[in-house]
Amino acid sequence: MEKRNLTCIVCPMGCSLEVELENGMVRSVTGNSCPRGAEYAKNECTHPTRVLTTTVKVVDGKRPLASVKSAGAIPKELLFEAMKTINCLSVPAPVELGQVLLTDLCGSGIPLVATGSVEKTED
Amino acid sequence: MEKVYDVAVIGGGVVGGMTLRELSRYQLKTILLEQAEDVVMGASKANSAIVHAGFDAEPGTLKAQYNVEGNALMEAVTGELSVPFRRNGSMVLAFSEEDLKTLRDLQERGRKNGVPGVRLMSREEALSQEPNLSEEIKGALWAPSGGIVCPYELATAAIGNAMDNGAELKTGFRVTGIEKENGNFVVISEAGEKLYARYLVNAAGVHADEVARMIGDDSFSITPRRGEYMLLDKTQGATVFATIFQPPTKMGKGVLVTPTVDGNLLVGPTSEDISDKADTATTPEGLEKVERLSKLSVPSVNLRAVITSFAGLRATPGGGDFIIGPSAADAGFINAAGIESPGLTASPAIAVAVVKHLEEAGLVLIKREDFSSFRKPFPKFRRMSGAEREALIRQDASFGRIVCRCETITEGEILAAIRRNPPARDVDAVKRRTRAGMGRCQGGFCGPQVVEILSRELGLPMDEVTKCGGASRMLVGKTKETQ
Amino acid sequence: MERLDLVVIGGGPAGMAAALGAWHQGVRNILILDREAQLGGILEQCIHNGFGLHHFKEELTGPEYAARYAKEVADCGICCLLDTMVLDLAEALDGSGDKVVTAVSSKEGYLRIHAKTVVLAMGCRERPRGALNTPGTRPAGIYTAGAAQKFVNIKGYMPGKEVVILGSGDIGLIMARRMTLEGAKVKAVCELMPYSGGLTRNIVQCLEDFGIPLKLSHTVVRIHGRERVEGVTIAAVDGSRKPIPGSEEFIPCDTLLLSVGLIPENELSRAAGVKMDPVTGGAVVDQNRQTSLPGVFACGNVLHVHDLVDYVSEEAELAGQSAAAYLRGEAPCGGTVEVKARDGVRYVVPQRLCKDAGPVSLYFRVGDIYKDVKIVVKCGEKVLLSRPKKKVVPGEMERLPLTAGILSQIDGDVTVCLEQKGAE
Repeated sequence: MEKRNLTCIVCPMGCSLEVELENGMVRSVTGNSCPRGAEYAKNECTHPTRVLTTTVKVVDGKRPLASVKSAGAIPKELLFEAMKTINCLSVPAPVELGQVLLTDLCGSGIPLVATGSVEKTED
Repeated sequence: MEKVYDVAVIGGGVVGGMTLRELSRYQLKTILLEQAEDVVMGASKANSAIVHAGFDAEPGTLKAQYNVEGNALMEAVTGELSVPFRRNGSMVLAFSEEDLKTLRDLQERGRKNGVPGVRLMSREEALSQEPNLSEEIKGALWAPSGGIVCPYELATAAIGNAMDNGAELKTGFRVTGIEKENGNFVVISEAGEKLYARYLVNAAGVHADEVARMIGDDSFSITPRRGEYMLLDKTQGATVFATIFQPPTKMGKGVLVTPTVDGNLLVGPTSEDISDKADTATTPEGLEKVERLSKLSVPSVNLRAVITSFAGLRATPGGGDFIIGPSAADAGFINAAGIESPGLTASPAIAVAVVKHLEEAGLVLIKREDFSSFRKPFPKFRRMSGAEREALIRQDASFGRIVCRCETITEGEILAAIRRNPPARDVDAVKRRTRAGMGRCQGGFCGPQVVEILSRELGLPMDEVTKCGGASRMLVGKTKETQ
Repeated sequence: MERLDLVVIGGGPAGMAAALGAWHQGVRNILILDREAQLGGILEQCIHNGFGLHHFKEELTGPEYAARYAKEVADCGICCLLDTMVLDLAEALDGSGDKVVTAVSSKEGYLRIHAKTVVLAMGCRERPRGALNTPGTRPAGIYTAGAAQKFVNIKGYMPGKEVVILGSGDIGLIMARRMTLEGAKVKAVCELMPYSGGLTRNIVQCLEDFGIPLKLSHTVVRIHGRERVEGVTIAAVDGSRKPIPGSEEFIPCDTLLLSVGLIPENELSRAAGVKMDPVTGGAVVDQNRQTSLPGVFACGNVLHVHDLVDYVSEEAELAGQSAAAYLRGEAPCGGTVEVKARDGVRYVVPQRLCKDAGPVSLYFRVGDIYKDVKIVVKCGEKVLLSRPKKKVVPGEMERLPLTAGILSQIDGDVTVCLEQKGAE
């Protein structure tokens, strides 16, 4: 039996979790204050995921960038590949908060959405 | 036919600047050559900011003469240049009987040097005038003519005033060679640029010995003497009213504690001879020393309120006294070298003396009818009344945008710094002219905005804006393009 | 001269929530002043997620959190003057008890606004390099983490490519990840203390995820490079936080980011004569977040540095509601007592309590990491509340609700302290 200590990152509480693993399978999770903590621990030990937040270039906007996020957690190992994809992207203004900019971020099935809005320049 | 300047002044510090201004009174083609990308980048930007009374210098020296003369000129000069100056008085403390004897010697020197009003004070009188002084003091020397001024503001204003009167400025011109051609000097820059002048003034600060050697004058050497300082927040500016000195002892000169004209408190300097003429790094030992020594004078000095520390290099002459006058190697080459303390105070008098030396060397001085000794005041929003602010914003909306919150500096002031003589071209230059970024947050908030304004005004991409010229780029590129 | 009911200084999360708090209690004549071109304050550049879990029960990014409040402010029709900087706050000279807020903007010019109540919501700023007095040169490439965040997230520029971060506050940790994602190499995060000042989750997802070393009990002892940063010397520190000779290590880098603490931005409050708490750096307030000046309230990071924006909103809403109550003429009745921090507790907000107030929450921070302690609230020797806690850390703000029943037992000054579990 293998034990792993994790800090839950689902919310800012940061619970200390203890996970018991057997043959790569999660046997038990303790230390969590909510069910999402157990879920996190299981995911973290088997296929860790993260929400990616960054920016995309905006063309003809009042601001040069729009803030964006992956609408859900994507596999951790995809983070840099996703950054590459997002950095090649540029979207025309206006950008609305919540606007879907990519429907499937690097095959994760998770869309990329704007988290802020950028108005179009007046001229 | 190459353009030949009448006079080229090498070194854009307070001595070079004051000299340039003095020359701009006459019908002359003059130019100031500065190695850095802005003026006032050497000793003139990092020193004690004191207008010395003049009791310190050995009687009969140039230091003593120009100190007292320069001190007397300071009201007029700062008034014409619209630079704040305050005679807050200087006080030297005595901590022992031996120190009291030193103070009597200083008083006597002051008398010989012609310093007005120097007198000894009892411990009680000193403490009643300066309640935050150490209880340990035995007495003090009081010199009412001591004052404070912002050194880089004064030097920059002098250069600006000279430029407004027709003098030229060339920055980024590091002099690496001087030749003679048809009786004219040929000044050669590191980049290979050539500039012709009939007369040269050597005001190159710590580099003045190197510049003199270029014409074969190896009569003096300059040692950089590093002084480290700490600047405290404006909340501490009223800790003392006068400039508080420690007595010179065998252990060294001690450090001073002084208010600045901008309302901060300044403590320092250390005094350390070094070999590197560009090493303005602060050291743990130096800062610790400033801390320890300043507490001797003012035990309650609140060093938790330090907003920045810095070091400056004084140009210490081997012979001890200022070197002012024509070089033995060439009468058309006037040295204004070895200008350490009290150089800031002495600078207006040195400038007059240098011009006199030039005249004696054959330079014909004909007054310009259109010369104006007055520099249009820089707009200072923070010092204005409500009505003045209202009027100013109505006239120019850029004064309604506060860029630096700590010092209440508006975009209008930053634009003026970029557009007026001598033009600011980097973040530190804006800071020295406007005080944007000099407050307690040290540019945390306004830094990005200043970069943006510079980029817009100079037509430079954001990532080519520098902190202080050269390789000091603020940003390394755009996001998304660095991978 | 127009006389407003409420002027809110600052349009960040605190200012917006305060204005809305007052609005929902019927105050209509409200004005929010902010120096930026849009509402939202620092949240605009905090593009990472982790905001709003308590308040909205979902995880939002900074701009999303701000947008929800900004939309409500707009929907309510609350007036805002943006690009406007407040220069001064003072009592009116006419004896009315009004406050006069002086502000400037390029559009409106020089403004003098009379208000019956004022909410201070100016937020905080970062501690700069100068405060650390780090020896060495003064080249380009030294930024506070927040300034770097603004360059990267708002302006789209990289402040550097090889980075050392001093201080493990949350902004520093967030920027370690952000710079890494944008292609920079973050070589180390140094923390003077033996523990991080940031949230644990940020250490995991911002440092550990990217293999960035966190060097606890380390500091930068020297900065190298004349024009641009060329490297820093770091060193381990001993128990009294002094560098240990011989432990120095040179790290080549072109950028040093500082995340060494936040300071409430209280120049206006101080100049106005508001009584300050030297520990929080913010005003001394009662449970309604009223300062020592009647009708002047404070909330959010200008009052004390919060760890979560959710708590800022909560506190600000209370301040806004209190301004509304003040305008209705409801003064807190009954004498007030002081709330003091003792034994391991650094500070408590509010610092004053009205004995017959409704339920109140105390917010506090501890000065060190403590395990298996009890948080104890006492009045004299009388224990009002004792709550066991597995772990308390300085980086996280603690919140302790006091019921009306507990408050009714108060007959003198209140202290909040930590006690070892088991000890009585």
